Amino acid sequence: MSRNYKNKILVIFAHPALEKSRINVELCRAIKNLDGITFRDLYEIYPDFLIDVKEEQRLLLDHDIIVLQHPFYWYSCPAIIKEWIDLVLQYGFAYGHEGTALAGKHMMSAISVGASEDAYTENGVHYYHVREFLRPFERTAALCNMNYIPPFVVHHTSDLVTVEDISVFSDLYKKVLISLRDKDIDIKAMNEFKYINDYMLDQYESWSV
Amino acid sequence: MDSFLFQAFIYLLAAVVSVPIAKRLGLGSVLGYLFAGIIIGPFVFKFVGVESEAILHFAEFGVVMMLFLIGLELRPELLWRLRGPILGLGGLQVAVTTVVILLIGFIFGFTWKVSLAIGLILALSSTAIVLQTLNEKGLIKTQAGQSSFSVLLFQDIAVIPILAVLPLLAAPILGTAEHSVEQIHHAGFSIEALPGWQQAILVALVIATIIIIGRFLVRYVFRFIAETRLREIFTAFALFLVIGIALAMQLVGLSAALGTFLAGVVLADSEYRHELESDIEPFKGLLLGLFFISVGASIDFNLFAEEPYLIVGLVAGLIVIKLVILFVLGFVFKMSRSQNFLFAFSLAQSGEFAFVLFSFATQNNVMPVPLADTLILVVALSMALTPVLMIFNEKLLQPRFSTLDQRPESDTIDEKNPVIIAGFGRFGQIVGRLLHANNIGTTVLDSKPSQIEMVRRFGYKVFYGDASRVELLHSAGAGEAKLFILTIGDKDKALEIAKTVKNQFPNLKILARAYDRRNTYELMDIGVEVIQRETFGSALELGASALKLLGFRNYQAHRAALTFKHHDETTLVDLHEHFGDDEAFLLQTRLKNQDLFELLSSDEEDKDETMGHSWERPGGM
Repeated sequence: MSRNYKNKILVIFAHPALEKSRINVELCRAIKNLDGITFRDLYEIYPDFLIDVKEEQRLLLDHDIIVLQHPFYWYSCPAIIKEWIDLVLQYGFAYGHEGTALAGKHMMSAISVGASEDAYTENGVHYYHVREFLRPFERTAALCNMNYIPPFVVHHTSDLVTVEDISVFSDLYKKVLISLRDKDIDIKAMNEFKYINDYMLDQYESWSV
Repeated sequence: MDSFLFQAFIYLLAAVVSVPIAKRLGLGSVLGYLFAGIIIGPFVFKFVGVESEAILHFAEFGVVMMLFLIGLELRPELLWRLRGPILGLGGLQVAVTTVVILLIGFIFGFTWKVSLAIGLILALSSTAIVLQTLNEKGLIKTQAGQSSFSVLLFQDIAVIPILAVLPLLAAPILGTAEHSVEQIHHAGFSIEALPGWQQAILVALVIATIIIIGRFLVRYVFRFIAETRLREIFTAFALFLVIGIALAMQLVGLSAALGTFLAGVVLADSEYRHELESDIEPFKGLLLGLFFISVGASIDFNLFAEEPYLIVGLVAGLIVIKLVILFVLGFVFKMSRSQNFLFAFSLAQSGEFAFVLFSFATQNNVMPVPLADTLILVVALSMALTPVLMIFNEKLLQPRFSTLDQRPESDTIDEKNPVIIAGFGRFGQIVGRLLHANNIGTTVLDSKPSQIEMVRRFGYKVFYGDASRVELLHSAGAGEAKLFILTIGDKDKALEIAKTVKNQFPNLKILARAYDRRNTYELMDIGVEVIQRETFGSALELGASALKLLGFRNYQAHRAALTFKHHDETTLVDLHEHFGDDEAFLLQTRLKNQDLFELLSSDEEDKDETMGHSWERPGGM
């Protein structure tokens, strides 16, 4: 981390059985060793759920963007992410009177979802859109005076069979994080998109790497 | 009839018969002993005669032991906190009572010298009866109990100047004083012969020696003796200590009770405290009992028959005067009403010091023998009436006070801990440290002196003693504690202790360390509530670490270990009913193997389910 990046990124990752995961294991592999990114595997660090609140808060203070990366379980996150939110985003630290430690920072969800985006419409099985289900996270960010960046979403994971299928997403995820790390964040422009995936693809034309 | 054994037989028989009956009737042991004394005394069955006075003097040593035990319960800082009540309340009680009795005596035509002597002597109350009764009723730690204790302690100190003053009140006959001083001190050498400043230095030296020895030297001797593991030598040394201090104090003219009390306070912080308590306790109990019996036997009913009205009048007068003065003092010192009544009724008698002081006074020609004999009878009767008065207060007066008034006082000596840990080796220390870190008070017992000293250096309160002994458990507070944590390594010993605790303290929950499965079942059979196999937890964690190094994710290894633990503990309980059959051992071995096999194969089958089937299935969500 010799270079000074525009935004330092903290990835809070949770998968209770990563050894059996196909998607998240690749997403992690793509980003966890990038410069300017701190990767935290909660289930690996806290197998007994005894979260070190002080240490987690120190890390939050040290970064500009917080990414919550996890599979989408029951329209939400795995248990340890909830535990992390409950304990680390303390009153007086993250919110409430004098709780301004996170103000001005950014927060983003990065999730893998079993079903297609179609299933998450009024006519689909799940009726509501993924963004609707992510409202608790969006509001969590807002209550802590953080900007909520549209989520990075991998849909229809059961359709992603080959390594190439998956690498499309892991490459994109990597580009998203690098872009967030290196460029100014234009929340307004991003908010025109449901997913940051689409924003990135839109930027692709004018953005050559 | 005169043989020692026969005497002992009579005393013990009287105690064994009358004390349980008195207790049953709710009268307390003291009244039982006193009654036993009257029965075997010269005026009923005539089993014991004039020698009972000699026995009385011998039995007074029970009071000395009692004060030693009270001292053990009282750490120096607590004693320091009582300095106000001791000097203020105690001083006023002695002074006011003396003056009032002096005036009354003067009015009845005695010279002021005789009146003053009577006042000084009658002002003192009975340490033995009051403390024994309060202890038995569990009232010693109430405000009234503490105040009574403070007054008694001051009176104990006051005996010394009274002994010095009495000869000055005598009609001047040369030579008598020195002779009687020797009688009082029972010692060949008397420091009265020395000039005053040398006396003072000697007294200071003896007290300093007691403190230094108690504080710094005695523990090494205790340790040395404890390591020999000869219980009776430990008991012998404890007795030796108490008697030695008593002798030293008498040598310099101080009260033996005061000296041993001081020694007790000095040793209150010692790791050997509970062991000392349980060693001295039986001696104290028997000697005090003997003392009370002797008091009962010494009541001179012939004298009473000669002038019954005078005696009754004097006893009533004495009790009323003391009662009123105590009550006023309690009021001045802002005691609540119920506490004040308890305080006043407890101390409204004259005490055993009066026996000694009255005979001392007659020897010094302060007063004539018949007067002293009458007063001794009055004192004995007032002592005998004390338990009755306290029952009167308890049953008839106390119920009149509202419950609000009777709420327990907060500022009382309370150092009994909710948890007792037996064994403070590698296992017990971890349990102790965890509880300590969470501010749970623990009383720790261990029987390895070297271990105790090492752990004490880290600030833990560890006491020496064998936890299988009921008396030790009592003095460690097993009667009041909530949990008993049994962590000693010797599994047979542990089993024995668990049985004792279950029998004697059925309300105490036991948490035990078990050696293996067989030991676990044995503990289960006794009814031990929580059992932990000593190596199970750490072996499990080591196993989990192995899984991690083999490539398991941390959380996966953690869950695997927990799954195994759960499975193993369930089968352990399930197999319990097969344990102890005729072919116990064979069956046990076979079942164990089968169990292990099932455990491993079922783990294999369960793997998907227990290891988070739903976590990796897309499931369309």
